[in-house]
Amino acid sequence: MEHVKQIAHEHYDPEASKIGMWLFIFTELLLFGVLFVIYSVYRYLNHGAFELAAEELDPFIGAVNTVILLISSMTIAMSTTSLQKRNRNFTLLLTGTTFVLGVVFLVNKYFEWSGKFDHGIFPGSEYLINNFSQGEILFFGLYFIMTGLHALHIIIGLTLIGIVIWRVSTGTINADRPVLLENTGLYWHLVDIIWIFLFPLFYLII
Amino acid sequence: MSLEKNHVVPYKTYVFVLLGLITLTLLSIAITEIELGSLAVAAALAFAIIKSFLVLTWFMHLKYDKPYIILMVVFVFAVLFVTVLVTFFDYLYR
Repeated sequence: MEHVKQIAHEHYDPEASKIGMWLFIFTELLLFGVLFVIYSVYRYLNHGAFELAAEELDPFIGAVNTVILLISSMTIAMSTTSLQKRNRNFTLLLTGTTFVLGVVFLVNKYFEWSGKFDHGIFPGSEYLINNFSQGEILFFGLYFIMTGLHALHIIIGLTLIGIVIWRVSTGTINADRPVLLENTGLYWHLVDIIWIFLFPLFYLII
Repeated sequence: MSLEKNHVVPYKTYVFVLLGLITLTLLSIAITEIELGSLAVAAALAFAIIKSFLVLTWFMHLKYDKPYIILMVVFVFAVLFVTVLVTFFDYLYR
């Protein structure tokens, strides 16, 4: 149709975009991977204290958040199918659901963290330093850093999903140009995978 | 056009994967409830590894991707594994 649009299409390279996204995901995996190594070494060195400290966390909230993230991962994965089937409204519904579930995850996290803060458990708190052992303080330090960094990733993911929803509704993401939705999906699944490991390490192993 | 060989995955597949993931989550909770000691850590990690394998294969479409992308992903996980291994050799035998 219009000449301008065709030029834009010439620079569209979905495979290169996908490789770029995967390379970025690799750096993210190594970032969290090293944090998991730090966690494992400290756990090996203070495993009694880690088990004691983990009892402060509620596995139920952790499990609920796990299920929420898993469902949100499914809905965004489904949205790539509905986009290919040229069903714009269903795509919007699915990405919208993912967005809402991501927000619910953060709300749960907020209540969880503020509950800890109310009990005087936060990095550098007097209460923590006076009443807990070195190993337990380490556990909570890692807990706040790792779940905090993960929550930051959720916020970035939500921003991306917001952009995707807007661009699907305006039609600049469509069945012929799906790459932003697909890459956002990849990012969201990465966030899911990280949580899949955070959940058992902090909540389950007591 | 730019869709190349993009595989359209049926919705049903994603629902099955989700059900599998939730089942594994519940199983991992159940198994850590039992007093297994250090085995509980191994069991919980095993479940997490199976779950992330499901997410990578189905949700992240690695099943339908070209082999070189799968190779890169395997390589990165291998690097992580070696890092963990070397770190623990250091701590266990220093």
